[in-house]
Amino acid sequence: MRYAIEVDHVTRVFGGKGDKVHAKALDDISLQVDEGELFGLLGPNGAGKTTLIKILATLLLPSEGSVRVLGHDVVKEYNKIRARINMVSGGEISGYGLLTVRENLWMFSQFYGIPPKVARQRMDDLLERFGLLDKADAKVRTISTGQKQKMNVIRGFVTDPDLIYLDEPTLGLDVNASLAIRSFLRKWVKDTPGKTMLLTTHYMVEADELCDRVAIIDQGRILACDSPSNLKRMLKRATTFDIETTAFPGLDSMPSMDGLQGYNSKSVGDRALTRFVVNDEAVISEIISHISSKGGRIIALGKSEATLEDVFIHLVGRGLE
Amino acid sequence: MDWLLNLRAVKGRAYPRAVGGLREPSWMFFDTLLPLLGIAAFVFYYQALGAPEVYTGYVIIGGAMTAYWLNVLWSMATQFYWEKETGNLELYMMAPMSKMSVLAGMALGGMILTSVRAVSTIVLGVIIFQVEMDISSPGLLAAVFITTLIALYGLGMLFSSLYMLWGRGAWHMSNLMQEPIYLVSGFYFPVREIGFYFALGAAIIPITLGLDAMRQLLFGNETQGLLPVTTELALLLVSAVAFIVAAHFALKKMEYLGRKEGRLTMRWQ
Repeated sequence: MRYAIEVDHVTRVFGGKGDKVHAKALDDISLQVDEGELFGLLGPNGAGKTTLIKILATLLLPSEGSVRVLGHDVVKEYNKIRARINMVSGGEISGYGLLTVRENLWMFSQFYGIPPKVARQRMDDLLERFGLLDKADAKVRTISTGQKQKMNVIRGFVTDPDLIYLDEPTLGLDVNASLAIRSFLRKWVKDTPGKTMLLTTHYMVEADELCDRVAIIDQGRILACDSPSNLKRMLKRATTFDIETTAFPGLDSMPSMDGLQGYNSKSVGDRALTRFVVNDEAVISEIISHISSKGGRIIALGKSEATLEDVFIHLVGRGLE
Repeated sequence: MDWLLNLRAVKGRAYPRAVGGLREPSWMFFDTLLPLLGIAAFVFYYQALGAPEVYTGYVIIGGAMTAYWLNVLWSMATQFYWEKETGNLELYMMAPMSKMSVLAGMALGGMILTSVRAVSTIVLGVIIFQVEMDISSPGLLAAVFITTLIALYGLGMLFSSLYMLWGRGAWHMSNLMQEPIYLVSGFYFPVREIGFYFALGAAIIPITLGLDAMRQLLFGNETQGLLPVTTELALLLVSAVAFIVAAHFALKKMEYLGRKEGRLTMRWQ
Protein backbone atom coordinates (compact mmCIF):
# COMPACT_ATOMS: atom_id res chain seq x y z
CA MET A 1 0.00 0.00 0.00
CA ARG A 2 1.35 3.44 -0.98
CA TYR A 3 0.83 6.44 1.21
CA ALA A 4 -0.89 9.54 -0.12
CA ILE A 5 0.31 11.48 2.91
CA GLU A 6 3.26 10.82 5.22
CA VAL A 7 3.73 13.19 8.14
CA ASP A 8 6.84 12.47 10.18
CA HIS A 9 7.41 14.21 13.53
CA VAL A 10 6.11 17.57 12.34
CA THR A 11 6.09 20.64 14.52
CA ARG A 12 4.85 24.04 13.40
CA VAL A 13 5.56 27.10 15.46
CA PHE A 14 4.15 30.53 14.73
CA GLY A 15 6.81 32.86 16.05
CA GLY A 16 6.77 36.48 16.99
CA LYS A 17 9.57 38.97 16.59
CA GLY A 18 13.03 37.72 17.57
CA ASP A 19 13.09 34.30 19.11
CA LYS A 20 10.00 34.71 21.23
CA VAL A 21 7.71 31.76 20.48
CA HIS A 22 4.03 32.68 20.24
CA ALA A 23 2.24 29.43 19.57
CA LYS A 24 2.99 25.81 18.82
CA ALA A 25 0.17 24.86 16.44
CA LEU A 26 1.50 21.34 15.78
CA ASP A 27 3.62 19.46 18.27
CA ASP A 28 5.62 16.50 16.94
CA ILE A 29 2.83 14.79 15.04
CA SER A 30 3.16 11.77 12.77
CA LEU A 31 0.55 10.06 10.61
CA GLN A 32 0.15 8.19 7.33
CA VAL A 33 -2.85 8.27 5.02
CA ASP A 34 -3.22 5.46 2.50
CA GLU A 35 -4.02 6.13 -1.15
CA GLY A 36 -7.76 5.76 -1.70
CA GLU A 37 -8.59 6.46 1.93
CA LEU A 38 -11.13 8.92 3.31
CA PHE A 39 -9.26 10.14 6.36
CA GLY A 40 -10.71 12.41 9.03
CA LEU A 41 -9.04 14.88 11.36
CA LEU A 42 -11.29 15.52 14.30
CA GLY A 43 -10.62 18.21 16.83
CA PRO A 44 -11.89 21.45 18.37
CA ASN A 45 -11.17 24.93 16.99
CA GLY A 46 -7.49 25.74 17.41
CA ALA A 47 -6.46 22.07 17.59
CA GLY A 48 -4.08 22.43 14.62
CA LYS A 49 -6.24 20.85 11.90
CA THR A 50 -6.09 23.82 9.52
CA THR A 51 -2.35 24.31 10.11
CA LEU A 52 -1.75 20.70 9.11
CA ILE A 53 -3.91 21.12 6.00
CA LYS A 54 -1.99 24.27 4.98
CA ILE A 55 1.27 22.34 5.25
CA LEU A 56 -0.15 19.48 3.19
CA ALA A 57 -1.47 21.98 0.64
CA THR A 58 2.06 23.47 0.23
CA LEU A 59 0.95 26.82 1.66
CA LEU A 60 2.97 26.59 4.85
CA LEU A 61 6.35 25.10 5.73
CA PRO A 62 6.78 22.82 8.73
CA SER A 63 9.11 24.20 11.42
CA GLU A 64 10.47 20.69 12.06
CA GLY A 65 9.94 17.23 10.63
CA SER A 66 9.16 16.08 7.10
CA VAL A 67 5.99 15.78 5.04
CA ARG A 68 5.52 13.86 1.81
CA VAL A 69 2.37 14.23 -0.27
CA LEU A 70 1.76 11.79 -3.14
CA GLY A 71 5.38 10.74 -2.78
CA HIS A 72 6.85 14.26 -2.96
CA ASP A 73 8.44 16.45 -0.31
CA VAL A 74 6.28 19.51 0.46
CA VAL A 75 9.30 21.76 0.97
CA LYS A 76 11.40 20.93 -2.09
CA GLU A 77 9.01 19.34 -4.59
CA TYR A 78 5.88 21.40 -4.06
CA ASN A 79 5.48 22.04 -7.79
CA LYS A 80 4.98 18.30 -8.40
CA ILE A 81 2.30 18.16 -5.72
CA ARG A 82 0.21 21.18 -6.71
CA ALA A 83 -1.11 19.82 -10.01
CA ARG A 84 -2.57 16.78 -8.22
CA ILE A 85 -4.24 18.33 -5.17
CA ASN A 86 -7.03 20.74 -4.37
CA MET A 87 -8.58 22.20 -1.26
CA VAL A 88 -11.99 23.44 -0.13
CA SER A 89 -12.56 25.30 3.11
CA GLY A 90 -15.79 25.91 4.97
CA GLY A 91 -17.12 29.46 4.88
CA GLU A 92 -14.95 30.22 1.87
CA ILE A 93 -15.61 33.52 0.08
CA SER A 94 -13.22 32.98 -2.81
CA GLY A 95 -14.05 33.84 -6.41
CA TYR A 96 -15.51 37.04 -7.82
CA GLY A 97 -19.06 38.18 -7.09
CA LEU A 98 -19.46 39.90 -10.47
CA LEU A 99 -18.81 36.65 -12.32
CA THR A 100 -21.37 33.88 -12.66
CA VAL A 101 -21.03 30.51 -10.95
CA ARG A 102 -19.96 28.94 -14.24
CA GLU A 103 -17.42 31.69 -15.00
CA ASN A 104 -15.84 31.37 -11.55
CA LEU A 105 -15.53 27.60 -11.91
CA TRP A 106 -14.07 27.97 -15.39
CA MET A 107 -11.54 30.54 -14.14
CA PHE A 108 -10.22 28.29 -11.37
CA SER A 109 -10.09 25.31 -13.75
CA GLN A 110 -7.80 27.32 -16.04
CA PHE A 111 -5.21 27.64 -13.27
CA TYR A 112 -4.83 23.87 -13.59
CA GLY A 113 -4.70 24.01 -17.39
CA ILE A 114 -7.90 22.00 -17.85
CA PRO A 115 -8.92 22.18 -21.55
CA PRO A 116 -12.06 24.36 -21.78
CA LYS A 117 -14.18 21.56 -23.29
CA VAL A 118 -13.26 19.12 -20.51
CA ALA A 119 -13.80 21.82 -17.88
CA ARG A 120 -17.27 22.56 -19.30
CA GLN A 121 -18.27 18.88 -19.21
CA ARG A 122 -17.07 18.43 -15.64
CA MET A 123 -18.75 21.65 -14.51
CA ASP A 124 -22.10 20.66 -16.01
CA ASP A 125 -21.88 17.20 -14.46
CA LEU A 126 -20.99 18.53 -11.01
CA LEU A 127 -23.50 21.40 -11.15
CA GLU A 128 -26.21 18.87 -11.92
CA ARG A 129 -25.13 16.51 -9.13
CA PHE A 130 -25.27 19.38 -6.63
CA GLY A 131 -28.60 20.66 -7.96
CA LEU A 132 -26.98 23.94 -8.94
CA LEU A 133 -27.50 23.86 -12.70
CA ASP A 134 -30.28 26.46 -12.55
CA LYS A 135 -27.89 28.87 -10.80
CA ALA A 136 -25.00 28.29 -13.20
CA ASP A 137 -25.48 31.63 -14.93
CA ALA A 138 -26.34 33.62 -11.80
CA LYS A 139 -23.78 36.11 -10.48
CA VAL A 140 -22.09 34.66 -7.39
CA ARG A 141 -23.00 37.65 -5.27
CA THR A 142 -26.70 36.87 -5.77
CA ILE A 143 -26.69 33.24 -4.56
CA SER A 144 -27.13 31.91 -1.01
CA THR A 145 -24.40 30.81 1.40
CA GLY A 146 -25.26 27.13 0.89
CA GLN A 147 -25.15 27.53 -2.89
CA LYS A 148 -21.79 29.32 -2.65
CA GLN A 149 -20.36 26.49 -0.58
CA LYS A 150 -21.64 23.94 -3.09
CA MET A 151 -19.88 26.00 -5.79
CA ASN A 152 -16.69 25.91 -3.73
CA VAL A 153 -16.91 22.14 -3.39
CA ILE A 154 -17.41 21.88 -7.17
CA ARG A 155 -14.35 24.11 -7.64
CA GLY A 156 -12.31 21.61 -5.67
CA PHE A 157 -13.46 18.64 -7.71
CA VAL A 158 -13.54 20.20 -11.19
CA THR A 159 -9.77 19.71 -11.49
CA ASP A 160 -10.18 15.97 -10.76
CA PRO A 161 -7.53 15.92 -8.01
CA ASP A 162 -5.83 12.74 -6.79
CA LEU A 163 -5.94 14.12 -3.26
CA ILE A 164 -8.38 16.67 -1.91
CA TYR A 165 -8.37 18.48 1.42
CA LEU A 166 -11.73 19.48 2.81
CA ASP A 167 -11.39 21.81 5.77
CA GLU A 168 -14.75 21.92 7.58
CA PRO A 169 -16.65 21.82 4.26
CA THR A 170 -20.11 21.90 5.85
CA LEU A 171 -19.35 24.63 8.39
CA GLY A 172 -22.38 26.85 9.00
CA LEU A 173 -24.56 25.14 6.39
CA ASP A 174 -28.15 24.05 6.84
CA VAL A 175 -29.05 20.37 7.12
CA ASN A 176 -30.01 19.93 3.46
CA ALA A 177 -26.87 21.54 2.05
CA SER A 178 -24.69 19.52 4.48
CA LEU A 179 -26.43 16.30 3.50
CA ALA A 180 -25.96 17.01 -0.21
CA ILE A 181 -22.24 17.64 0.27
CA ARG A 182 -21.73 14.58 2.50
CA SER A 183 -23.59 12.35 0.09
CA PHE A 184 -21.41 13.59 -2.79
CA LEU A 185 -18.18 13.05 -0.85
CA ARG A 186 -19.14 9.50 0.08
CA LYS A 187 -19.99 8.69 -3.55
CA TRP A 188 -16.81 10.30 -4.91
CA VAL A 189 -14.52 8.14 -2.79
CA LYS A 190 -16.56 5.01 -3.59
CA ASP A 191 -16.74 5.66 -7.35
CA THR A 192 -13.13 6.77 -7.89
CA PRO A 193 -10.75 4.18 -6.46
CA GLY A 194 -7.28 5.49 -5.69
CA LYS A 195 -8.46 9.03 -4.97
CA THR A 196 -7.77 10.22 -1.45
CA MET A 197 -9.68 12.64 0.73
CA LEU A 198 -8.60 14.31 3.92
CA LEU A 199 -11.50 15.82 5.82
CA THR A 200 -11.21 18.02 8.87
CA THR A 201 -14.30 18.56 10.91
CA HIS A 202 -15.53 19.16 14.38
CA TYR A 203 -18.85 17.48 13.56
CA MET A 204 -18.55 14.03 15.12
CA VAL A 205 -21.39 12.57 13.06
CA GLU A 206 -19.73 13.68 9.84
CA ALA A 207 -16.45 12.00 10.77
CA ASP A 208 -18.23 8.85 12.01
CA GLU A 209 -20.38 8.60 8.90
CA LEU A 210 -17.77 9.33 6.23
CA CYS A 211 -14.27 8.40 7.33
CA ASP A 212 -12.34 5.14 6.97
CA ARG A 213 -10.01 6.30 9.73
CA VAL A 214 -10.05 9.24 12.07
CA ALA A 215 -7.24 11.00 13.93
CA ILE A 216 -8.30 12.87 17.04
CA ILE A 217 -6.21 15.99 17.41
CA ASP A 218 -6.08 18.45 20.27
CA GLN A 219 -3.59 21.21 21.11
CA GLY A 220 -1.37 20.22 18.19
CA ARG A 221 -1.06 16.56 19.18
CA ILE A 222 -2.64 13.43 17.77
CA LEU A 223 -4.29 11.62 20.65
CA ALA A 224 -5.59 8.59 18.76
CA CYS A 225 -5.83 7.38 15.17
CA ASP A 226 -7.95 4.44 14.03
CA SER A 227 -11.22 3.53 12.33
CA PRO A 228 -14.34 5.00 14.01
CA SER A 229 -15.43 1.51 15.11
CA ASN A 230 -12.04 0.71 16.64
CA LEU A 231 -11.94 4.06 18.38
CA LYS A 232 -15.36 3.37 19.87
CA ARG A 233 -14.14 -0.05 20.96
CA MET A 234 -11.58 1.76 23.10
CA LEU A 235 -14.52 2.60 25.32
CA LYS A 236 -15.61 -0.98 25.89
CA ARG A 237 -14.96 -0.56 29.59
CA ALA A 238 -16.62 2.80 29.60
CA THR A 239 -20.33 3.60 29.58
CA THR A 240 -22.12 6.69 28.38
CA PHE A 241 -25.09 8.28 30.18
CA ASP A 242 -27.19 11.20 28.93
CA ILE A 243 -28.81 13.13 31.76
CA GLU A 244 -31.33 15.90 31.08
CA THR A 245 -31.77 18.32 33.95
CA THR A 246 -33.09 21.75 34.71
CA ALA A 247 -30.34 24.34 34.40
CA PHE A 248 -28.41 24.82 37.62
CA PRO A 249 -25.34 26.83 38.69
CA GLY A 250 -22.02 25.05 38.24
CA LEU A 251 -23.22 23.01 35.29
CA ASP A 252 -19.80 23.25 33.63
CA SER A 253 -17.71 22.53 36.69
CA MET A 254 -18.36 19.06 38.02
CA PRO A 255 -15.94 18.05 40.76
CA SER A 256 -13.62 15.15 39.95
CA MET A 257 -15.09 11.82 40.98
CA ASP A 258 -13.66 8.31 40.91
CA GLY A 259 -15.08 6.52 37.88
CA LEU A 260 -15.99 9.70 35.92
CA GLN A 261 -13.82 10.00 32.82
CA GLY A 262 -15.32 13.13 31.32
CA TYR A 263 -18.50 14.98 30.47
CA ASN A 264 -19.91 17.51 28.05
CA SER A 265 -22.85 19.84 28.79
CA LYS A 266 -25.14 21.70 26.42
CA SER A 267 -27.78 24.18 27.56
CA VAL A 268 -31.07 24.11 25.67
CA GLY A 269 -33.34 26.90 26.94
CA ASP A 270 -33.90 26.38 30.65
CA ARG A 271 -32.70 22.78 30.46
CA ALA A 272 -29.30 21.14 30.22
CA LEU A 273 -28.27 17.98 28.46
CA THR A 274 -25.09 16.44 29.82
CA ARG A 275 -23.26 13.40 28.49
CA PHE A 276 -21.14 11.55 31.04
CA VAL A 277 -18.52 8.96 30.11
CA VAL A 278 -17.90 6.72 33.14
CA ASN A 279 -15.86 3.59 33.70
CA ASP A 280 -17.70 2.68 36.87
CA GLU A 281 -21.49 2.96 36.77
CA ALA A 282 -21.60 3.41 40.54
CA VAL A 283 -20.46 6.99 40.07
CA ILE A 284 -23.87 7.87 38.59
CA SER A 285 -25.49 8.04 42.03
CA GLU A 286 -22.77 10.46 43.11
CA ILE A 287 -23.36 12.58 39.99
CA ILE A 288 -27.12 12.66 40.66
CA SER A 289 -26.50 13.68 44.26
CA HIS A 290 -24.21 16.49 43.08
CA ILE A 291 -26.83 17.76 40.62
CA SER A 292 -29.52 17.69 43.33
CA SER A 293 -27.24 19.48 45.82
CA LYS A 294 -26.78 22.29 43.28
CA GLY A 295 -30.54 22.68 42.83
CA GLY A 296 -30.78 20.79 39.51
CA ARG A 297 -33.72 18.45 38.86
CA ILE A 298 -33.34 15.27 36.82
CA ILE A 299 -35.81 15.19 33.92
CA ALA A 300 -34.52 12.16 32.05
CA LEU A 301 -31.64 9.72 32.29
CA GLY A 302 -30.54 7.23 29.63
CA LYS A 303 -27.66 4.95 28.82
CA SER A 304 -26.39 5.19 25.22
CA GLU A 305 -24.07 3.56 22.68
CA ALA A 306 -20.58 4.98 22.45
CA THR A 307 -20.00 7.60 19.75
CA LEU A 308 -16.90 9.39 18.51
CA GLU A 309 -17.85 12.24 20.78
CA ASP A 310 -17.55 9.88 23.73
CA VAL A 311 -14.13 8.82 22.48
CA PHE A 312 -13.15 12.49 22.33
CA ILE A 313 -14.45 13.14 25.86
CA HIS A 314 -12.63 10.02 27.04
CA LEU A 315 -9.33 11.17 25.49
CA VAL A 316 -9.50 14.89 26.16
CA GLY A 317 -11.70 15.04 29.24
CA ARG A 318 -14.07 17.58 27.67
CA GLY A 319 -16.40 17.94 24.68
CA LEU A 320 -15.77 19.63 21.35
CA GLU A 321 -18.29 22.44 21.67
CA MET B 1 7.64 25.40 -18.35
CA ASP B 2 4.15 24.32 -19.41
CA TRP B 3 3.22 27.17 -21.76
CA LEU B 4 -0.32 25.99 -22.43
CA LEU B 5 -1.09 25.79 -18.70
CA ASN B 6 0.32 29.26 -18.13
CA LEU B 7 -1.48 30.80 -21.12
CA ARG B 8 -4.75 29.35 -19.86
CA ALA B 9 -3.99 30.74 -16.41
CA VAL B 10 -3.30 34.22 -17.86
CA LYS B 11 -6.59 34.10 -19.75
CA GLY B 12 -8.41 32.82 -16.67
CA ARG B 13 -7.14 35.62 -14.45
CA ALA B 14 -7.58 38.34 -17.09
CA TYR B 15 -11.23 37.40 -17.60
CA PRO B 16 -12.78 38.69 -14.35
CA ARG B 17 -10.98 42.00 -14.76
CA ALA B 18 -11.63 42.56 -18.45
CA VAL B 19 -15.20 41.25 -18.51
CA GLY B 20 -16.39 41.53 -14.90
CA GLY B 21 -15.10 45.08 -14.57
CA LEU B 22 -17.27 46.32 -17.42
CA ARG B 23 -20.35 44.41 -16.32
CA GLU B 24 -21.65 47.27 -14.19
CA PRO B 25 -22.66 50.24 -16.41
CA SER B 26 -21.83 52.66 -13.57
CA TRP B 27 -18.18 52.65 -14.78
CA MET B 28 -19.17 55.08 -17.55
CA PHE B 29 -20.12 57.66 -14.95
CA PHE B 30 -17.41 57.02 -12.35
CA ASP B 31 -14.48 56.26 -14.63
CA THR B 32 -15.15 58.42 -17.68
CA LEU B 33 -17.44 61.34 -16.92
CA LEU B 34 -16.10 62.19 -13.44
CA PRO B 35 -12.40 62.19 -14.51
CA LEU B 36 -13.41 64.46 -17.39
CA LEU B 37 -14.39 67.10 -14.84
CA GLY B 38 -10.83 67.08 -13.46
CA ILE B 39 -9.46 67.40 -16.98
CA ALA B 40 -11.86 70.25 -17.71
CA ALA B 41 -10.60 72.12 -14.65
CA PHE B 42 -7.01 72.07 -15.98
CA VAL B 43 -8.15 73.00 -19.50
CA PHE B 44 -10.06 76.06 -18.24
CA TYR B 45 -7.12 76.99 -16.04
CA TYR B 46 -4.71 76.97 -18.99
CA GLN B 47 -7.21 78.86 -21.16
CA ALA B 48 -7.63 81.51 -18.45
CA LEU B 49 -3.85 81.93 -18.32
CA GLY B 50 -3.69 82.18 -22.11
CA ALA B 51 -1.46 79.10 -22.47
CA PRO B 52 -0.85 77.71 -25.99
CA GLU B 53 -3.69 75.51 -27.30
CA VAL B 54 -1.44 72.49 -27.29
CA TYR B 55 -1.69 72.42 -23.47
CA THR B 56 -5.31 71.29 -23.79
CA GLY B 57 -4.03 68.23 -25.65
CA TYR B 58 -1.37 67.60 -22.99
CA VAL B 59 -4.04 67.61 -20.30
CA ILE B 60 -6.34 65.22 -22.16
CA ILE B 61 -3.56 62.69 -22.84
CA GLY B 62 -2.32 63.03 -19.24
CA GLY B 63 -5.87 62.63 -17.92
CA ALA B 64 -6.38 59.47 -19.95
CA MET B 65 -3.09 58.01 -18.73
CA THR B 66 -4.16 58.77 -15.14
CA ALA B 67 -6.59 55.86 -15.47
CA TYR B 68 -3.67 53.47 -16.06
CA TRP B 69 -1.67 54.85 -13.14
CA LEU B 70 -4.64 54.48 -10.78
CA ASN B 71 -5.31 50.99 -12.12
CA VAL B 72 -1.69 49.98 -11.49
CA LEU B 73 -1.70 51.46 -7.97
CA TRP B 74 -5.05 50.19 -6.76
CA SER B 75 -5.84 47.17 -8.89
CA MET B 76 -2.35 45.74 -9.37
CA ALA B 77 -0.14 46.78 -6.47
CA THR B 78 -2.65 46.22 -3.67
CA GLN B 79 -4.49 43.40 -5.39
CA PHE B 80 -2.80 40.48 -3.61
CA TYR B 81 -3.78 42.09 -0.31
CA TRP B 82 -7.44 41.92 -1.32
CA GLU B 83 -7.00 38.45 -2.79
CA LYS B 84 -5.60 37.32 0.55
CA GLU B 85 -8.58 38.76 2.41
CA THR B 86 -11.07 36.91 0.21
CA GLY B 87 -9.15 33.62 0.25
CA ASN B 88 -8.25 33.73 -3.45
CA LEU B 89 -4.52 34.12 -2.82
CA GLU B 90 -4.14 30.70 -1.22
CA LEU B 91 -5.99 29.14 -4.15
CA TYR B 92 -3.66 30.89 -6.60
CA MET B 93 -0.61 29.84 -4.61
CA MET B 94 -1.53 26.17 -4.40
CA ALA B 95 -2.42 25.94 -8.10
CA PRO B 96 0.28 24.49 -10.40
CA MET B 97 0.72 27.43 -12.81
CA SER B 98 3.54 29.95 -12.53
CA LYS B 99 2.44 32.71 -10.20
CA MET B 100 3.69 35.18 -12.81
CA SER B 101 0.72 34.03 -14.91
CA VAL B 102 -1.62 35.41 -12.26
CA LEU B 103 0.19 38.75 -12.33
CA ALA B 104 0.28 38.75 -16.13
CA GLY B 105 -3.45 37.97 -16.22
CA MET B 106 -4.19 40.78 -13.79
CA ALA B 107 -2.08 43.15 -15.90
CA LEU B 108 -3.65 42.10 -19.20
CA GLY B 109 -7.17 42.34 -17.80
CA GLY B 110 -6.32 45.72 -16.26
CA MET B 111 -4.93 47.03 -19.57
CA ILE B 112 -8.04 45.95 -21.48
CA LEU B 113 -10.44 47.37 -18.89
CA THR B 114 -8.56 50.64 -18.49
CA SER B 115 -8.06 51.10 -22.23
CA VAL B 116 -11.83 51.15 -22.70
CA ARG B 117 -12.02 53.88 -20.08
CA ALA B 118 -8.98 55.83 -21.33
CA VAL B 119 -10.17 55.78 -24.94
CA SER B 120 -13.61 57.00 -23.83
CA THR B 121 -11.95 59.87 -21.95
CA ILE B 122 -9.79 60.83 -24.97
CA VAL B 123 -12.71 60.68 -27.42
CA LEU B 124 -14.94 62.80 -25.19
CA GLY B 125 -12.09 65.21 -24.40
CA VAL B 126 -11.14 65.67 -28.05
CA ILE B 127 -14.77 66.26 -29.07
CA ILE B 128 -15.60 68.64 -26.23
CA PHE B 129 -12.38 70.69 -26.29
CA GLN B 130 -11.73 70.50 -30.07
CA VAL B 131 -8.17 69.22 -29.74
CA GLU B 132 -6.10 68.73 -32.90
CA MET B 133 -3.56 65.91 -32.98
CA ASP B 134 -1.03 65.06 -35.64
CA ILE B 135 -0.65 61.30 -35.90
CA SER B 136 2.15 61.26 -38.46
CA SER B 137 4.03 58.27 -36.98
CA PRO B 138 1.27 55.86 -35.98
CA GLY B 139 3.65 52.87 -35.76
CA LEU B 140 6.03 54.64 -33.40
CA LEU B 141 3.11 56.01 -31.38
CA ALA B 142 1.68 52.52 -30.98
CA ALA B 143 5.12 51.15 -30.02
CA VAL B 144 5.55 53.86 -27.37
CA PHE B 145 2.03 53.37 -26.01
CA ILE B 146 2.29 49.56 -25.79
CA THR B 147 5.81 49.65 -24.31
CA THR B 148 4.68 52.23 -21.76
CA LEU B 149 1.82 49.97 -20.70
CA ILE B 150 4.07 46.91 -20.47
CA ALA B 151 6.64 48.80 -18.40
CA LEU B 152 3.95 50.39 -16.21
CA TYR B 153 2.17 47.12 -15.56
CA GLY B 154 5.57 45.45 -15.06
CA LEU B 155 6.08 47.96 -12.26
CA GLY B 156 2.60 47.06 -10.99
CA MET B 157 3.57 43.37 -11.00
CA LEU B 158 6.68 44.19 -8.97
CA PHE B 159 4.65 46.23 -6.47
CA SER B 160 2.08 43.47 -6.26
CA SER B 161 4.77 40.92 -5.36
CA LEU B 162 6.36 43.18 -2.79
CA TYR B 163 3.03 44.20 -1.26
CA MET B 164 1.86 40.58 -0.98
CA LEU B 165 2.98 40.24 2.60
CA TRP B 166 2.60 43.86 3.66
CA GLY B 167 -1.11 43.84 4.31
CA ARG B 168 -2.44 47.30 5.04
CA GLY B 169 1.03 48.80 4.61
CA ALA B 170 0.47 48.35 0.89
CA TRP B 171 -2.62 50.52 1.12
CA HIS B 172 -0.69 53.36 2.75
CA MET B 173 2.16 53.05 0.27
CA SER B 174 -0.21 53.39 -2.68
CA ASN B 175 -1.87 56.38 -1.04
CA LEU B 176 1.56 57.93 -0.57
CA MET B 177 2.55 57.46 -4.20
CA GLN B 178 -0.65 58.51 -5.92
CA GLU B 179 -0.51 62.32 -5.85
CA PRO B 180 3.30 62.94 -6.03
CA ILE B 181 3.50 60.95 -9.26
CA TYR B 182 0.93 63.26 -10.85
CA LEU B 183 3.46 66.02 -10.24
CA VAL B 184 6.79 64.39 -11.04
CA SER B 185 5.54 62.49 -14.08
CA GLY B 186 3.96 65.62 -15.56
CA PHE B 187 0.43 64.31 -15.99
CA TYR B 188 -0.96 67.79 -16.70
CA PHE B 189 2.07 69.69 -18.05
CA PRO B 190 5.29 68.98 -20.03
CA VAL B 191 7.54 67.15 -17.58
CA ARG B 192 10.64 69.11 -18.61
CA GLU B 193 9.13 72.10 -16.78
CA ILE B 194 10.15 70.59 -13.42
CA GLY B 195 13.81 70.55 -14.48
CA PHE B 196 15.69 68.17 -16.74
CA TYR B 197 17.49 66.09 -14.08
CA PHE B 198 14.50 65.95 -11.78
CA ALA B 199 12.35 64.76 -14.66
CA LEU B 200 15.01 62.22 -15.60
CA GLY B 201 14.84 60.84 -12.04
CA ALA B 202 11.07 60.62 -12.34
CA ALA B 203 11.58 58.45 -15.43
CA ILE B 204 11.78 55.45 -13.09
CA ILE B 205 7.98 55.63 -13.32
CA PRO B 206 7.45 54.53 -16.95
CA ILE B 207 4.50 56.85 -17.48
CA THR B 208 6.87 59.85 -17.29
CA LEU B 209 8.73 58.87 -20.45
CA GLY B 210 5.64 57.37 -22.08
CA LEU B 211 3.62 60.55 -21.70
CA ASP B 212 6.48 62.73 -22.87
CA ALA B 213 7.09 60.58 -25.97
CA MET B 214 3.40 60.41 -26.87
CA ARG B 215 3.05 64.18 -26.51
CA GLN B 216 6.02 64.71 -28.81
CA LEU B 217 4.50 62.34 -31.37
CA LEU B 218 0.98 63.80 -31.15
CA PHE B 219 1.72 67.51 -30.86
CA GLY B 220 4.97 67.81 -32.79
CA ASN B 221 7.46 70.64 -32.54
CA GLU B 222 5.48 72.73 -30.12
CA THR B 223 6.26 70.14 -27.44
CA GLN B 224 9.29 70.59 -25.25
CA GLY B 225 10.36 66.96 -25.04
CA LEU B 226 12.61 65.58 -22.32
CA LEU B 227 14.62 63.23 -24.57
CA PRO B 228 14.35 62.14 -28.21
CA VAL B 229 11.41 59.76 -28.71
CA THR B 230 13.58 56.81 -29.77
CA THR B 231 15.74 57.19 -26.66
CA GLU B 232 12.62 57.29 -24.50
CA LEU B 233 11.31 54.17 -26.25
CA ALA B 234 14.60 52.35 -25.64
CA LEU B 235 14.56 53.33 -21.95
CA LEU B 236 10.94 52.16 -21.68
CA LEU B 237 11.91 48.79 -23.19
CA VAL B 238 14.73 48.41 -20.67
CA SER B 239 12.42 49.29 -17.76
CA ALA B 240 9.75 46.87 -19.01
CA VAL B 241 12.22 43.97 -19.01
CA ALA B 242 13.80 45.04 -15.70
CA PHE B 243 10.47 45.37 -13.87
CA ILE B 244 9.13 42.04 -15.12
CA VAL B 245 12.33 40.17 -14.22
CA ALA B 246 12.40 41.87 -10.80
CA ALA B 247 8.73 40.96 -10.27
CA HIS B 248 9.53 37.31 -11.02
CA PHE B 249 12.26 37.12 -8.39
CA ALA B 250 10.33 39.21 -5.85
CA LEU B 251 7.29 36.97 -6.23
CA LYS B 252 9.39 33.84 -5.71
CA LYS B 253 10.99 35.31 -2.62
CA MET B 254 7.69 36.53 -1.20
CA GLU B 255 6.05 33.16 -1.79
CA TYR B 256 8.87 31.46 0.11
CA LEU B 257 8.64 33.96 2.96
CA GLY B 258 4.86 33.61 3.01
CA ARG B 259 5.12 29.82 3.32
CA LYS B 260 7.79 30.13 5.98
CA GLU B 261 6.03 32.73 8.09
CA GLY B 262 2.48 31.56 7.45
CA ARG B 263 1.42 34.80 5.78
CA LEU B 264 -0.16 33.56 2.57
CA THR B 265 -3.48 33.28 4.36
CA MET B 266 -5.27 35.39 6.92
CA ARG B 267 -5.09 34.21 10.54
CA TRP B 268 -8.66 32.96 10.53
CA GLN B 269 -8.35 31.10 7.22
